[in-house]
Amino acid sequence: MKDVTGILLVGVGGQGTILASKILSDGLLEKGFDVKMSEIHGMSQRGGSVSTQIRFGKKVYSPIIGKGEADIIVAFEKMEALRWFEYLRPGGRMVINDFEIPSVPILMGALKYPEGVLAELSAKAETSVCRASEIAAELGNAKAMNVVLLGALVSALGMEGMDWKSIISRNVKKGFEDMNVKAFGEGVKRA
Amino acid sequence: MNEKRLLTGNEAVALGAWEAGLLFASAYPGTPSTEILENLANYKEDLYCEWAPNEKVAFEAAIGASLAGVRSLVAMKHVGVNVAADPLFTFSYTGVNGGFVLISADDPGMHSSQNEQDNRNYAAAARIPMLEPSDSAEAKEFVKLAFTISEKFDCPVMLRLTTRVCHSKSIVTLGARVPVPVIPYKRNIAKYVATPANAKLMRERMEEREKSLAVYSNGVSVNVAEYSGRKVGVVCAGVAYQYARDAFGNDASYLKLGMTYPMPIELVRTFASNVDTLYVVEELDPYMERMIKAAGIDCVGKERVPATGELDADILRKSVFGLVPNTLRADTAAAPRPPSLCAGCPHTGIFYVLSKKKNVMVTGDIGCYTLASAPPLSAIDSCFCMGGGISAGHGAAAAFSRAGSPQKVVAVIGDSTFFHSGVTSLMDAVYNKGSSVSVILDNRTTGMTGHQENPGTGFTLMGEETAEVDIPALCKALGVKGQNIYIVDPLILAEVDAALEDALAKDEPTVIIARRPCVLKKFSAADKSEFDLSPRSLVIDGSMCVKCGVCVKTGCPAIRSAETVSIDKAVCTGCGICGQVCMFGAIGPYAEGGDGA
Repeated sequence: MKDVTGILLVGVGGQGTILASKILSDGLLEKGFDVKMSEIHGMSQRGGSVSTQIRFGKKVYSPIIGKGEADIIVAFEKMEALRWFEYLRPGGRMVINDFEIPSVPILMGALKYPEGVLAELSAKAETSVCRASEIAAELGNAKAMNVVLLGALVSALGMEGMDWKSIISRNVKKGFEDMNVKAFGEGVKRA
Repeated sequence: MNEKRLLTGNEAVALGAWEAGLLFASAYPGTPSTEILENLANYKEDLYCEWAPNEKVAFEAAIGASLAGVRSLVAMKHVGVNVAADPLFTFSYTGVNGGFVLISADDPGMHSSQNEQDNRNYAAAARIPMLEPSDSAEAKEFVKLAFTISEKFDCPVMLRLTTRVCHSKSIVTLGARVPVPVIPYKRNIAKYVATPANAKLMRERMEEREKSLAVYSNGVSVNVAEYSGRKVGVVCAGVAYQYARDAFGNDASYLKLGMTYPMPIELVRTFASNVDTLYVVEELDPYMERMIKAAGIDCVGKERVPATGELDADILRKSVFGLVPNTLRADTAAAPRPPSLCAGCPHTGIFYVLSKKKNVMVTGDIGCYTLASAPPLSAIDSCFCMGGGISAGHGAAAAFSRAGSPQKVVAVIGDSTFFHSGVTSLMDAVYNKGSSVSVILDNRTTGMTGHQENPGTGFTLMGEETAEVDIPALCKALGVKGQNIYIVDPLILAEVDAALEDALAKDEPTVIIARRPCVLKKFSAADKSEFDLSPRSLVIDGSMCVKCGVCVKTGCPAIRSAETVSIDKAVCTGCGICGQVCMFGAIGPYAEGGDGA
């Protein structure tokens, strides 16, 4: 393994990228890694593009992932995969939720939602497409999409063997533990 | 107690302050500093903390607590220090009783701010020691050190954070709280009454203090040389240290400074003599570089390292070594995704009506509503600082009137911002017989920073019920006539328009209070009894819609315009603004089992 691994979770304000990063970082900490996680709040909460960055390894300095440095990018929304693509390390891996959220210029009809995103990115980098939003809806809670994607990410990292059940349970709201553990399991399975 | 946790810098500051025996904290919310006080409130069994109406008040309250003999802390975003600068400069003269720490959270890159001023300059200007942590573990330890320095040298100490330190998580080891005895209060007029005669003596003492602090800074453990290869040496502080480590690598040597004012010049001189080329890597201003160069030490600084925006390892590799990363490129472009007012935001009603007015200048303020300056509303003309909208509006109205211009002026300001520093602005407009219209966007909370209580919400930071400011009564007390105060529901456009038309026709100060809770707020019992907040959604009847696009011009993110115009049921809150602007009656309530369009 490289000295430091970089994971970028990108999406739209309100999609739950922060909770997914929190659970993952908690697991990485438990595994004995040095971990740094960076997020930006504020203006971007209001429907803007958001990113959470996690770097882990033996010793981590910068909390920020540079262009061409992310080993894995998890895109919670398709167009955000496109926006952050240049942050992927050549040879790195994309995990994309097949789900569209049009931005304001698209809602207004001024711009069109880009077409053929999955085909283009799949041709340029190793890409797993996860229907996380559908899977979460099937489980009866559309919001658990973030934890489905976390499952897909953990599978891409090859870290399925850890005790994710207890790591997830201590990081989610009381009463939602089982549902989230199930969503995670589906993400691992259907990544 | 050796448990390790991943904490943000803000959480670590709160933890460090609690461990250091803090008893009093005050702040006004501001990104990226807000969570410091929110986390301190978790320790309310052990300490007292509060939201103040503004940073100057917060600073002064913390001064009082320090004088009373307890360790006290005040936190704010970088621009907040401008507001608190008046007490800061003189408190540096008098010195403290209980330890006093000022936390300035700067925002290089302007993630959520109107400027990116470098507040390290304040330490040098006010002659106070300054500490710059580079991660969460240091944030915790440096708060404790700051209290020690404050008490040892009898001065306020500044802890300067930046957005990446505030909002990045790294590993922190939890510790125990060590209670600090309260220092008994004694009247000491010569020390705390800054009359000219006393202040002249304080000023001399300050010079002596700075000399002792400089000796301390050269020996303090947080200023440390990490030697490796001797070809390249890097002086750095704060999060820039982390970026430098990644960019310059393990072969370079580092002088990592945790205390940068007074600058430990002798340490820098020794370090410089041990390396061939000395770099200074810092975000924003050449603050360390100036002091190092002034001491006659040769270094490479801002001629290579950018002076604007945030740094990162990438930027340093490119600017210092000319290295460009190998990246993948997509041929398709992503459409921009700017932030926008939320679906159901009560501000939308006000700004939709304002966007239709001709010859009206709208002077804005700091808050979510600044987003109304973006298309399609484009309904704000200016935005500078907290509380500035009403005063700038008053000045503009006076100037237009003297210049014989038909231009009218409407100032817009949020409730929390009005309490912060809009009250004195309105006093100015009334006292000086102005003619501007001031709209107070009373959304019953501090919206932008994530719903903090304020003097108008009826609750304190520690969750206690308290008195509420009565905004109409306050405006009346300032001298606004009763018939010139309008209270409207911002979601009823006809009501907003009637009040605006009436107010714009008057030649004296008028206030429109647009009262409705933020759509994202956790509603209080009072909110629920005052307003109809039941969730609902609207639908567009495709057979009646002529696709004129008027509803799209409200900027509501629930409305989607493609081949047909539709409303996203999951996003819509049923606020009804689109239905009021539709001239064809095509928008109505969504009924379960209806056509659903």
